[in-house]
Amino acid sequence: MAVQTTNHLLRRGMGKDWRDLATYRAAGGYQAVKKAHQMGPAAVIEEVKQGSVRGRGGAGFPAGIKWGFLPKDSDKPRYLVINADEGEPGTFKDTYFLKEDPHRLIEGCIIACMALNAHACYIYIRGEFAEQIRTTWKAIRDCYAAGILGRSVMGIPFALDIYVHPGAGAYICGEETALLESLEGKPGRPRMKPPFPAVIGAFGSPTIINNVETIAAVPLVIEHGAAWWTALGVDRDGGPRLVGVSGHVERPGLFEVPTGTNLKDVIYELAGGPLGGRAIKAVIPGGSSCKVLRGDEIDVPMTIDGLRAVGSMLGTCGIIVMVEGTCIVRALQRLSHFYAHESCGQCTPCREGTGWLARLVDQLEAGTAKQGDVDTLLDVANEIDGNTICALGEAAAWPVQSYVAKFRDEFQAHIDHHGCPYGDHPTPGGFDVPGLPSVSPHA
Amino acid sequence: MALAFSPEADREITDIIGRYPERAAALIPVLFVAQDEFTYLSEEVLELVAERLDLPAAKVLNTATFYTMLRKAPVGKHHVQVCRTLSCYLRGADQLMATAQRKLGIAPGETTGDGRFTLEGVECLAACGTAPIVRINDVYHENVTPASLERLLDALASGKGEPVGGGGGD
Repeated sequence: MAVQTTNHLLRRGMGKDWRDLATYRAAGGYQAVKKAHQMGPAAVIEEVKQGSVRGRGGAGFPAGIKWGFLPKDSDKPRYLVINADEGEPGTFKDTYFLKEDPHRLIEGCIIACMALNAHACYIYIRGEFAEQIRTTWKAIRDCYAAGILGRSVMGIPFALDIYVHPGAGAYICGEETALLESLEGKPGRPRMKPPFPAVIGAFGSPTIINNVETIAAVPLVIEHGAAWWTALGVDRDGGPRLVGVSGHVERPGLFEVPTGTNLKDVIYELAGGPLGGRAIKAVIPGGSSCKVLRGDEIDVPMTIDGLRAVGSMLGTCGIIVMVEGTCIVRALQRLSHFYAHESCGQCTPCREGTGWLARLVDQLEAGTAKQGDVDTLLDVANEIDGNTICALGEAAAWPVQSYVAKFRDEFQAHIDHHGCPYGDHPTPGGFDVPGLPSVSPHA
Repeated sequence: MALAFSPEADREITDIIGRYPERAAALIPVLFVAQDEFTYLSEEVLELVAERLDLPAAKVLNTATFYTMLRKAPVGKHHVQVCRTLSCYLRGADQLMATAQRKLGIAPGETTGDGRFTLEGVECLAACGTAPIVRINDVYHENVTPASLERLLDALASGKGEPVGGGGGD
């Protein structure tokens, strides 16, 4: 079966510079703002609900329902905050809008702010994205100059300011309440919920936080209608999705496919299949926090329910492929060090546990682990899981639990052989880097 | 001479403060302005920021020490950041780190004696589709190979490298 790709969200390869306001407008850009104004806030929120726009930041929460959580009786200002702190390993989709199509995001922000009656919007972009920060700021300034933002939006009596706020190098700020802390100038330590941000969010005011791709979908839903959008997806999960494939594939990259496209087909047809024609050993389907799948478990539809049925998550649709010859302990070592580095240190199980996990995996890989240490590893992961304020604890525990569950023999072999059975390859699978096929990111 | 912001930086700070309902929210963007101006955030610089934003120095220090991109020590002119997270690792990031170490003669976390290069291993830069990634100052280099990294480092060492910018602030 040939995989269908679409180009509604991902508009590369059309010979257009979408960063340019005139180019964006010539293709119908910002018309959805006018339509949204004619529809009115209640109808816009209903359309987004009907379109089953699910959060694309990993959690999959329906955007229209989230918007409905804002209190009706508060006299405080309301804020829209865009989570552009992209950093879940394996995920590289929001960067596309920030760098190549920022007006789509801004148009979505305007429609959302009018629907939510929010007059200020902050786009929180991770600090490493210097080019994306510059490009998004430039697009915002172009909008002010063209009367799209400011005291009125395109002649509509609605004042709106949009700002970019830079992050400063902390994965945890992708967690929405840590992001709010960071926006307020504090260390990014997640807040207890409740109160939820819709009630007490940024600056003590009602706040909606949405992912970049989620908001970028909104102009399309308004322009073409919820029925059109849902036809590109599946029941209760509308529209196409951006999926990123990285790791051991012939053609890594970002693709747009209807929600529900088969995971195996995405890897074999769009990403060119496993590197060197080897067998696939493991696949992380939706960002590094998701539970890993074995190569024989990937014939599944990319839907929230489809991935849940095989014990994992759709997450951010950031797919990481590992071929046979890759040491699974060494792969886990990378992720365990990542989570240990990124733990904010607030909750003891996560602060202490993530470091402990990393040290245990180090010992397994170095051949200094003792008999029984695989169980110790699981014990530590289980003690973190569910015992922290935010989901970083689970994100650190789930890879450990699933890698051990699916590849326990390989962990045990590291103990029995007093080291890594794969030897000392500087790269996994023994690939020599200069031999990797050259890939062009923007072809 | 007491430390002071340049008039341009001071105007930028005023502009940043105007974006938020609370002054404290300006802190991170202003720390980037300060870092661009003074290269890193010494205690003196942090005190200057606290004074400019009328915030307690302890609050400024608390935030500045939480974030990896806010530098509390000087770095080399070329800050070489090799991504070491999974997707980059699977595409050969360890070979890039080994190449950089050999070429620069320093270990991760160190700066060359002449102060020109700092080498660092960093976590996921969200460009996994073009892994492996090496970020030098604020510029991403994608699909890097040991050979292309050698050429890049040579060009920077000879002063012919591409111009590279500062921090993440605008």
